[in-house]
Amino acid sequence: MLTISNLEKVYPTGTKALSGVGFTVDTPQVVAIIGPSGAGKSTLIRCINRLVEPTRGLVKLHDTDILTLNRSELRRARRRMGMIFQEYNLVERLTVMENVLSGRLGYVSFWRAYRRKFPPEDVRAAFVMLERVGLAGYQDTRADALSGGQRQRVGIARALMQKPDLLLVDEPTASLDPKTAREIMRLLVELAHDRGTPALVNIHDVALAQTFADRIIGLRQGEIVFDDTADQVTEAVLTDIYGEEDWSTTIRREGNGADNGPETKPPDDKNGLIREAAAG
Amino acid sequence: MSAKADSAPVALRWQRIRMIPNPWLRFGLLAVALAYFAWSVGALDINWHRVANGIPRAANMLTRMFPPDFGRWSLLFKGVLESVQMAFAASFFGMLLAIPLGICGAVNLVPRPVYLVARTLIILSRTFHEIIIAIFFVKIFGFGPLAGVLTLVVASTSFISKMLAEDIENMPPGQLEAIRATGAGFPKLLLYCVSPQVLPRYLGVSIYRLDANIRHSTVVGIVGAGGIGQVLAATFSRYDYDFSLAILITIVSLVFAGEFFSNWVRGHLR
Amino acid sequence: MTAEQHAQKHPQVWRRFSPRDTLLRYIWYLGAVAVVVWSISMLDIPWFYFLDAHLQAYDLAYRMWPPDLEFLETLANPLLETIHIATLGTAATVVIAFPIAFLAARNTSPNAFTWFVGRFILVTSRSVNTVVWGLLFVAIFGPGPMAGIWAIAFRSIGFMGKLVAEAIEEIDVGVVEAIESTGASRLQVLWYGILPQVLPVIYGTTVYRWDINIRESTVLGFVGAGGIGILLYSSINQFQWQEVSLMLVAVFGVVLISEFVSAAVRQRIT
Repeated sequence: MLTISNLEKVYPTGTKALSGVGFTVDTPQVVAIIGPSGAGKSTLIRCINRLVEPTRGLVKLHDTDILTLNRSELRRARRRMGMIFQEYNLVERLTVMENVLSGRLGYVSFWRAYRRKFPPEDVRAAFVMLERVGLAGYQDTRADALSGGQRQRVGIARALMQKPDLLLVDEPTASLDPKTAREIMRLLVELAHDRGTPALVNIHDVALAQTFADRIIGLRQGEIVFDDTADQVTEAVLTDIYGEEDWSTTIRREGNGADNGPETKPPDDKNGLIREAAAG
Repeated sequence: MSAKADSAPVALRWQRIRMIPNPWLRFGLLAVALAYFAWSVGALDINWHRVANGIPRAANMLTRMFPPDFGRWSLLFKGVLESVQMAFAASFFGMLLAIPLGICGAVNLVPRPVYLVARTLIILSRTFHEIIIAIFFVKIFGFGPLAGVLTLVVASTSFISKMLAEDIENMPPGQLEAIRATGAGFPKLLLYCVSPQVLPRYLGVSIYRLDANIRHSTVVGIVGAGGIGQVLAATFSRYDYDFSLAILITIVSLVFAGEFFSNWVRGHLR
Repeated sequence: MTAEQHAQKHPQVWRRFSPRDTLLRYIWYLGAVAVVVWSISMLDIPWFYFLDAHLQAYDLAYRMWPPDLEFLETLANPLLETIHIATLGTAATVVIAFPIAFLAARNTSPNAFTWFVGRFILVTSRSVNTVVWGLLFVAIFGPGPMAGIWAIAFRSIGFMGKLVAEAIEEIDVGVVEAIESTGASRLQVLWYGILPQVLPVIYGTTVYRWDINIRESTVLGFVGAGGIGILLYSSINQFQWQEVSLMLVAVFGVVLISEFVSAAVRQRIT
């Protein structure tokens, strides 16, 4: 579905945000991307729909080579990638319904968008979506009157209105309280699984990532240093990604420590995985 | 306790905090300012004899101003109406032209060269006083309201577009990013993201500009660009001071009404 | 769930605006357009002038190039005079506007009548344009920079007085009460309680107004009130376009520099 290889981004300031990043997502899974601030998580997500132009590399969604597209082709490709943001990024002065329907902007004419006359099936889909994210009845509320959690629900609804092949999610919970954060993550994961849409989720909360993600990718200084299923995240892995710290309280233990042994996992095994991912 | 208080160093001097703490700099600046005033008053070519005559002249002028002469009200009314019409027409075209110029002047929407050109245009037209612009239009289009309207169009466009560009630049970047990420192109981005966010301010600024145009429409006439200003300048050159006062009173009330209207409308904009 | 129920639960129709809202909006649009059309049609604009306007403009630009650099010597003094007029006018403004601002602020005005008088002075001052004040003072003092200085001052009083009065009305009442409770006289309250709080506003608005006044004083000469405007007007009337273009460049430079200086100073104070 999504193939990334050798992705590199150097900002005009000379900062190297990504180097040689590569991985493949070929099942509808939720992939969490963890890593310290400045590791390039946001850049990685934005390079996929080219909100940030990568310096070199390959991004392939199904059979479309994203990085070679011209502007109008890129717009068409972006319709297939729903994006969800940390700061929700709703158009504040528009109503909830207008924000949800903005997910269909790529599909309607300018004139229709101007008169807010979206096709009936879109309107119905929007109402269904509002109910699904728990905001039935809020359609005429203005976005700036909503709470953080509600805004993020609108953000999710907007992204899913695009009927995307891929969800790009940038720190969806960083601005929310812990309870709302869990609710939002649960909703996101449920929706992604229901629709069979793979999702790439930047997240800095390791426990949340372990609870909800099928797979975890660890980024450090623009390079992938870990790529495996969620239960393979160990203290050693976290030390590798973030640096030295007491990680014992961060990691979610299912079998009370019986099956997660930081010592049992040889380090070169992990490196092998990375090489594999980079090649694939 | 008292021993402790005794031993603590007690500040004997207190000084209030000055904006320029360094006394040398403070008094130096003051001296420079005084020297400047002395020099500039000396340098100005002032005919003190003529100025001394000013007080009795002013008294004479005041007596001739009263009572204000509203007898020629039809001429007055025609001039005021022309001023107001000039203001309406100019505000409308200014509003229209400011949209593309304002968008091009927003660095977060357009490529760098376009931005620089638009900003240069805005700065250029803002620097020159309306009356300088008016004089050029009078030279090109001749005397009359057309020159006045064009002058006010230029002034309104640069003013509204500057405000619009600043508002667009102050938008949270995330909203633009989010709408771009849905696959919307530039026109839809303007329609669905930029316009709802900046529209209320744009309308507010435009209404304010209408009010400003009413004020300015009363003076562009002084260089022959139509409106009540042209009538006013004529009364001064004919020493027709009682009519001048009538015109001035009318202008002040007109400006007052314009300000009231503009405040009322802006109060109703959400 | 039947299809009907389903359809009811999830309607296919959604309107952003109720028909009434839409209607109202279009009535506003229509009204605005009607006013503009009426204004333009009444102004009798000779549209055919636009046919060769671009040729006229091109012709003018052609004659203006290159600027006559020899004119620089003649230009220097009037340009300096322009700056003097603005600076001295602003200085006079500070002196006059300061007491009036205290009259026009609700909390420092002795009684309702003095408040009304203060407000009236401020409103009148602001409603009359600098150039119109210029006409008036040329009639009183005769042509020359003296008229210009007073024109600048009389227009600026309203501007500064209004801003300072607003600042006085927004001061921290606690400080004033504290000083009153020490048994200070009215003047002492003013000096120690109010003045320190509004001083930054006074400095800021003075510098800001000075920069506006530079721009205004470039045109005062058109009515004979001194500065570079006199020269500009005569060069335009004698079709000395190469002199005109040099003066425009000079005015542009001076206005831009003053704007820059004013912004820099204001940034330092606040």
